[in-house]
Amino acid sequence: MSADLPLLSLVIWAPIIGGVLVLLASKPEQAQLAKMIALTASVITFLLTIPLYTGFDLSTYQMQFVENSTWIPTFNINYHLGVDGISMPLILLTAFTTVLVVIAGWEVIKYKMAQYMAAFLIMDGLMIGVFAALDSVLFYVFWEAMLIPMFLIIGIWGGERRVYATIKFFLYTFLGSVFMLVALIYMYSQSGSFGILDMQAMKLDMSEQTLIFLAFLIAFAVKVPMWPVHTWLPDAHVEAPTGGSVILAAIMLKMGTYGFVRFSMPIAPDASQSLDWLMITLSLIAVVYIAFVALVQKDMKKLIAYSSISHMGFVTLGFFVVYTIIENTGSVQGAAMGIEGALVQMISHGFISGAMFLCIGVMYDRMHSRLIADYGGVVNTMPIFGAFLVFFAMANAGLPGTSGFVGEFLVILSSFKANFWIAFLAATTLIFGAAYTLWMVKRVVFGDVANEKVARLKDLNNREFFILGTLGVAVLLLGLWPAPLLDVMHATVNHLVEQITQSKL
Amino acid sequence: MPNNFQMPDLMPALPEIFLLTMACVILLADLFFRDENRVFTYLLSLATLAITAALTVTMHSDVPVYTFDGSFVSDTMGDVLKVFVYLVTAVVFIYSRDYLLNRNIFKGEYFVLGLFAVLGMMVLISAHSLLTIYLGLELLSLALYAMVAFHRDNSDATEAAMKYFVLGALASGMLLYGMSLLYGITGTLDIGGVQGAVADLEDSKKLVLGLGLVMVIVGMAFKLGAVPFHMWIPDVYHGAPTAVTLFIGTAPKMAAFAMVMRLLVEGLGDMHAQWQDILIIMAVLSMAVGNIIAIAQGNIKRMLAYSTISHVGFLLLGILAGTQAGYSGAMFYAIVYALMGMGGFGMIILLSRAGFEADKLDDFKGLNERSPWFAFIMMILMFSMAGVPPALGFYAKFAVLQAVVDSGLTWLAVVAVIFSIIGAFYYLRIVKLMYFDKAEDSLPLETSTDMKVVLSANGLGILLLGLAPGSLLALCTAAIG
Repeated sequence: MSADLPLLSLVIWAPIIGGVLVLLASKPEQAQLAKMIALTASVITFLLTIPLYTGFDLSTYQMQFVENSTWIPTFNINYHLGVDGISMPLILLTAFTTVLVVIAGWEVIKYKMAQYMAAFLIMDGLMIGVFAALDSVLFYVFWEAMLIPMFLIIGIWGGERRVYATIKFFLYTFLGSVFMLVALIYMYSQSGSFGILDMQAMKLDMSEQTLIFLAFLIAFAVKVPMWPVHTWLPDAHVEAPTGGSVILAAIMLKMGTYGFVRFSMPIAPDASQSLDWLMITLSLIAVVYIAFVALVQKDMKKLIAYSSISHMGFVTLGFFVVYTIIENTGSVQGAAMGIEGALVQMISHGFISGAMFLCIGVMYDRMHSRLIADYGGVVNTMPIFGAFLVFFAMANAGLPGTSGFVGEFLVILSSFKANFWIAFLAATTLIFGAAYTLWMVKRVVFGDVANEKVARLKDLNNREFFILGTLGVAVLLLGLWPAPLLDVMHATVNHLVEQITQSKL
Repeated sequence: MPNNFQMPDLMPALPEIFLLTMACVILLADLFFRDENRVFTYLLSLATLAITAALTVTMHSDVPVYTFDGSFVSDTMGDVLKVFVYLVTAVVFIYSRDYLLNRNIFKGEYFVLGLFAVLGMMVLISAHSLLTIYLGLELLSLALYAMVAFHRDNSDATEAAMKYFVLGALASGMLLYGMSLLYGITGTLDIGGVQGAVADLEDSKKLVLGLGLVMVIVGMAFKLGAVPFHMWIPDVYHGAPTAVTLFIGTAPKMAAFAMVMRLLVEGLGDMHAQWQDILIIMAVLSMAVGNIIAIAQGNIKRMLAYSTISHVGFLLLGILAGTQAGYSGAMFYAIVYALMGMGGFGMIILLSRAGFEADKLDDFKGLNERSPWFAFIMMILMFSMAGVPPALGFYAKFAVLQAVVDSGLTWLAVVAVIFSIIGAFYYLRIVKLMYFDKAEDSLPLETSTDMKVVLSANGLGILLLGLAPGSLLALCTAAIG
């Protein structure tokens, strides 16, 4: 792979430029053209991300595909990009999901097709930018700018209460991130650099670390979302169009957890250690309590939204249980396993939650209802779809052989090294997760045909089959053979464990 | 009797002299134009601004040049601000043309008064003695009072002008009183002299000095529109013809910033500890009142008026930080605000037409249906004002916050960002109206092409400068340093 090609810049800007081109075809009669441009741009972007994987050096934790040039000299801000074993898979996931979302909107979107596609393409570039940025201001710019297309997607193409949901979404996330901004500026005024790697290396005393950790916590906890700042998510998910829900669940939530490993833990290791009880408690509340909340939902999208919160609790648990593991066993390997499990869970949840929302979208497009009670016996009229839904539901419940199992298993296994009760509570998710997902499937898919409308349902068309089939393959592949993903992470995670357990005091 | 009079060096003031001459020429020439040829006045005014800009740029020297016995200075900060004043004023004239034509008030006076206001701003920006500051300020204010009252038959406008005049005169009186106290205690009108005298003032006189300081700050706070001296802003912005609101809301903010720099920072810099506390209170109140009350507004001109107040709060943050970075951040903020405000009020004019003022929030409903392009432009402006990257407004807030944190006032930065979240709500509401609601008004936008082009450039500029804000930031840093 040629080192000269600014691959990351291409991956960020190709979809954004594609989005602008799509806008040029904004007349209603040009919808077909707009779709074609959007598909081409998203596919090109995905193809461009593949060299990131094939050319990735597994042996080092150092940033790769680095680009660095001056951006705003007044504040020593640089256009600094690079990826490591944590961010590279997320970039692939983002580009991959966007292709599916573009295809998913193909026939469904009737209003302002060009703007819809452009919003997703621009967001694609911005989200990749978040994962690739190594300068904190650049990161912040991508992180915030991404809210704008999402705000419009939910607000324009969303459901009935879309205005409420989208403003809530925007203000919640905006609220979180401005505190992060203050923390970043504070560190700049101490160290004179906005570089993320410089911030990871700088000395900070305990009170500084605690405040910085809390500022980051507000930003990332809202995004993950962690209990108790999760309430925007069910609203946003329910009201968003299918594509918006997929991007929210598959990518945006990962940014919060990504923030923990990129910012909070390496920058404030001592505060992370002293506050890990808080993080573990919040994670367990998300895992257990939110699972109960999911159990009683009547709306399928809401159910999956709560299930997402519960699953993301696993990710944060996997991160913050590290300190207890090291304290109890001194095993760096065990600690690394927890983090790797959490990272696998992030990728896997990207596939599974995306697939679940797409499945609900398939039903919604036909029935215009998300309520479980309106369905029943769908398998009789849509057998192929039924099979897919059952498969993804199993994956969501963590069935061995699917990707959902790998991450959860690794996290639970490492939690045992920390504390039996933590592991016990985390493991209950295998039961509750199965309960709420399978119960929903039972009510929707199985049984007798519930009503006239269900009786008239048509099974998947080729487009839908392609989307769900691709995701199905991804879920199976990652579940049966996670090694390629784990190999990518090893070096980075080992370095991360070293970094976050080394006191800065 | 010996003749001690020495001719001062007029060259540093050449742009001012040229503008004054041209304003008088246009005033006279306008008498001879018939109404159908009035457009010549407009074109002449634009040409005047362009030439004045060219003069300012060519006359620029990197070291400050003092003339008129030290009461006038031409330096980098002044020149940068002046060029932006010309730019903003020219755009204001372009935006105003259709608006004035549609209301039968396309008169030469609008442009002549505008040019005199510009002259006032130039004098204010270049002032280096208490007297020149006052002179520039009054020249500016008088022109603005007349412009607000310019639409004579409109009772709202007349009322606004009256309020503006009475309150403005009161504030000028305060400022003048403060200046007289400063003069009394220091014995000099020269800003440099005041600075020197304050530095070695004995303690017994500090009380009087403090009183002078407070009076001066009151005067300046009024002109800037900082809480608690903000009452005139919503009424005047609302009552004045939109073309005038557009002008009042933009260019004079940059001049007011220069006034604060000359008087407070340069002249009374040694009293930073005293005025910092006052400015902190005013900044926090401005951000709070501006952002919270803006939410309750149904009229977009009033909403933008309260938004201005909150922006002034942010601008004060930069000044009170008391560092070079803070001053350049505040200067950047003033310029960016002028550019954003210009676009925001420009959008109101764009949606207005003969016999219809698009000054209700609801007039923006469904703009994405009527004109996706201008809905997009307005969206950029709103996100920029809310401080969401990548729009330019974010970097303005960023620069100011950075200075505040750097001077150890992290808590103040936290307060500021909390209010900016509250502020985000009402900017988002405009985006919501444009994109999520159905249009009530289906008439096409009818405006001349030049306005459409300039307004597009205005909005896109906010976005593109946001992608590459380095040069403008560096310019402000160089201007202060």
